[in-house]
Amino acid sequence: MSEGRKPKTEDQPWQPKIIAFLCTWCSYAGADLAGVSRIQYPPNIRVVRVPCSGRINPLFVLKCLQNGFDGVLISGCHPGDCHYISGNYVARRKFAILKTALEFVGVEPGRVQFSWVSAGEGEKFAEVVKKVTYDVQQLGPAKRLVKPR
Amino acid sequence: MASINEQLREQARKLLADKVVDLIIGYRKGSLPLRSTPYLVKTEEEAGSLIFDLTSSNNLAKYLPRVKTENRGSKIGIVCKGCDGRSVVQLIIEGQVKREDIVIIGVPCEGVVDTRKVRKKTGGEEVLRVSLPVLPGSGGREIMVEGRGFKITLDKEEVLCDVCLGCQHPNPPLYDLFIGRPREGSSARDEFKALEEFERLSSDERWRYFEHEASRCIRCYACRDACPLCYCEQCFVDETHPQWFGKGPDSSDTLIFHIVRALHTAGRCVSCGACVRACPVGINLNPLWVRIEKEVKERFGYTAGLSLEVTPPLATYDENDKQEFIL
Repeated sequence: MSEGRKPKTEDQPWQPKIIAFLCTWCSYAGADLAGVSRIQYPPNIRVVRVPCSGRINPLFVLKCLQNGFDGVLISGCHPGDCHYISGNYVARRKFAILKTALEFVGVEPGRVQFSWVSAGEGEKFAEVVKKVTYDVQQLGPAKRLVKPR
Repeated sequence: MASINEQLREQARKLLADKVVDLIIGYRKGSLPLRSTPYLVKTEEEAGSLIFDLTSSNNLAKYLPRVKTENRGSKIGIVCKGCDGRSVVQLIIEGQVKREDIVIIGVPCEGVVDTRKVRKKTGGEEVLRVSLPVLPGSGGREIMVEGRGFKITLDKEEVLCDVCLGCQHPNPPLYDLFIGRPREGSSARDEFKALEEFERLSSDERWRYFEHEASRCIRCYACRDACPLCYCEQCFVDETHPQWFGKGPDSSDTLIFHIVRALHTAGRCVSCGACVRACPVGINLNPLWVRIEKEVKERFGYTAGLSLEVTPPLATYDENDKQEFIL
């Protein structure tokens, strides 16, 4: 996906840059399925493949917001499906606190989103990406926590 | 009835004489008025300087892991007000100290004075002499402050730390002996009362507040160093490989430092307020800590530092945790 991609429509001139942390056992395969099934979804996400949603340190999210991403999507396995038994359960608690903290200091709720997408849910993956892209587009470019360059 | 200081000294002497403990972590009078300083007591003679009053603000649990490492094999006594006692419980749960290695000397806490509030009351004038109500339960609420050319009487409630106003646990949850009588009842105020006001602010207003506070941060890490639960040998801010984020005074970097510290202490923080009191520039990010504490309580039904039996919420999970925020 090239960085300099032109906006497709004139009425949506600004395209957000979104980073997606995807669990390799489910959401990453879900994204792959969406691809091979030729399901269309916005090209705004940049995927980072992680071994488990439990691998995601809240600092990753903060650092992404600080360094130019307008939105962050984190996606892992449905409860009960974790390859490592409990990685997503532990992550769920961590994310709940992270989300609370971010919203409390004033980062808009739509900027950082979480989802469960299994390897068979290509359709759902596309829907999630559409929703996140739409939400971040509505919010506009990230201004909070962003480090001036 | 003997004053709390006398009782404390007597008990400390006894503990040392009977070899129940080898040393005691407590407070003695500081070199400035309204300040006390942490004090490591090793002899019966030194025990004569121990005090506990409205100025005993440091969280002594901070010293426990280090004193323990430096004095291997010795048994340590520690003077604990409510929040210190809760921090000690957390340290035991997290395996930093062993229950059998420490003797907790409980004291009934009536709150500690915020010197910044006093300074505001005196119009920035230096306080040279104070007289404090004698604990415990003397009913004394008045604090007399004297300085060059002024002498005013303050009500205790006006100058107590913010965290003390909503304190629900004035006595340590766990103790081996208690000086005086455990204080009955908790503060009349709800622990999340101050937060309510803050939560009513809009997202923009809260952002302005936090950004302003963070922009004043000079990265001295006094907050971290005063926190009894920040005991990591290498803190993420000190790491250089990888260097997680910038080291300068940029407000985005400083705010991220504080947010991550809040996340690291989530479900462990006992709201002792040591970080706020330690800050040399008077940054108050306490609302963020209290907000997280509230979320932990509502979501996971956990209050830090009350029991040795419960696993801390972020070290465990429940299959039925709420997940309304996940798509």
